[in-house]
Amino acid sequence: MGRMRSLLIPSVDRKLLVKDAVKAMPDLTRRRFISGGASLGALTLLTGCDVVDSSSAEEVLKRVSKFNDAVQAWMFNPDALAPTFPESAVTKPFPFNAYYDLDDAPEVDGKDWKLEVRGLVENNKPWTLEELYRLPQVKQVTRHICVEGWSAIGSWTGTPLRDFLKIVGADTRAKYVWFQCADKDGYNSPLDMRTALHPQTQMTFKFDDKILTRPYGFPMKIRVPTKLGFKNPKYVISMEVTNDYKGGYWEDQGYNSFSGS
Amino acid sequence: MSSLAVSDEHATPMAAKIIQPAWVRVAHWVNAVAMILMIMSGWQIYNASPLFNFSFSGSITLGSWLGGALLWHFAAMWLLMVNGLVYLTLGLVTGRFRRKLLPISPGGVIADARAALTFKLAHDDLSTYNYVQKLLYAGIIIVGIVIVLSGLSIWKPVQLQWLTAVFGGYDIARYVHFTCMALIVAFLVIHVALAVLVPKSLRAMIIGR
Repeated sequence: MGRMRSLLIPSVDRKLLVKDAVKAMPDLTRRRFISGGASLGALTLLTGCDVVDSSSAEEVLKRVSKFNDAVQAWMFNPDALAPTFPESAVTKPFPFNAYYDLDDAPEVDGKDWKLEVRGLVENNKPWTLEELYRLPQVKQVTRHICVEGWSAIGSWTGTPLRDFLKIVGADTRAKYVWFQCADKDGYNSPLDMRTALHPQTQMTFKFDDKILTRPYGFPMKIRVPTKLGFKNPKYVISMEVTNDYKGGYWEDQGYNSFSGS
Repeated sequence: MSSLAVSDEHATPMAAKIIQPAWVRVAHWVNAVAMILMIMSGWQIYNASPLFNFSFSGSITLGSWLGGALLWHFAAMWLLMVNGLVYLTLGLVTGRFRRKLLPISPGGVIADARAALTFKLAHDDLSTYNYVQKLLYAGIIIVGIVIVLSGLSIWKPVQLQWLTAVFGGYDIARYVHFTCMALIVAFLVIHVALAVLVPKSLRAMIIGR
């Protein structure tokens, strides 16, 4: 992993870079996350004196995480808006964050790029960037909260996702909108339909009033201020309206799938 | 004679001998497990984005990486919250909190702290707390409530935004959450040290007498 290089853009935090390198460890290393706590799990989560192997402790934790998905869906109020801030509160520079260096961020050619629309929709015609830019846009200044704990306030402008879903004739009774991205190794993430229809969930084309730059997800990001950062995909290339849970890049590795704020 | 002695002993009501009732003991040890899981997984979560210029060694954290630690933290939180609610409810309803923890006077705390530091504090009657104990036990209950509320405000800064606002916003709530953890760890160190110094108090928390 010889790609730990010095700061790529001034806003990149050295510590964040190191963390991202750690996150880029091979899956197998990371998936052993329970082994360290297996004996503790045996002592506590499961009663009795049985010696419990790490996989059953992991099973219990996964089941609790699914339960937490349900609790959060129950807590989710579709009318509750994320707090908004004045533009003067925008964090500058806004941090770049991913599981790779900025050098490895996708470089999308806006002229060739088309948004693929699939699944339970009436019209699955792909959309060019020019066509998308013609849709009505709104701006939001909200807090981006990373699963790591840090937060930053940003200004995002774009089309409310629920308006777009209406335009393409999406079946909004479906369970998920699933996004796929141009990131290396493929990034994807499912968004529950109620959150997709939340008034602040946005197909974002601008950051701080300027067309999205590469670090911030050109050509399109999905901004979801009611979710943690990793559920706000960048470099989006397709969306699929579906009833199937198709998993996600981080969700599959153990991050809670709902991850609502 | 011996039969008289036996009946005398039986005349003493059983309840008077019990220093820690069963519900207190169960809640205490469940809380101990939940707290340790929360603290160790919390340290791993902290390491993903440290608030201060240090991280916790991986040898004392739980979960191996952020995702694993979050699974532990959000599982153990149920144990902590449900057990905590049962404990608070019973403590209030049975009048135990009022009986055992009140009143707390500054003069009493100072006098007992001085006695404790010069090893002159009496431990004859474990069923009555001295003023230092009263202050620490009442204080740690409040810290326990604040750490849960600040945790909820970090977890749900949109759905529970009124609560996050009470803590002065998301970023400040993280510091409050961390500070409560530090206070609990400090309490734990003193608490365990004193239980070892007065072993019969530990016995009472295990078998009740």
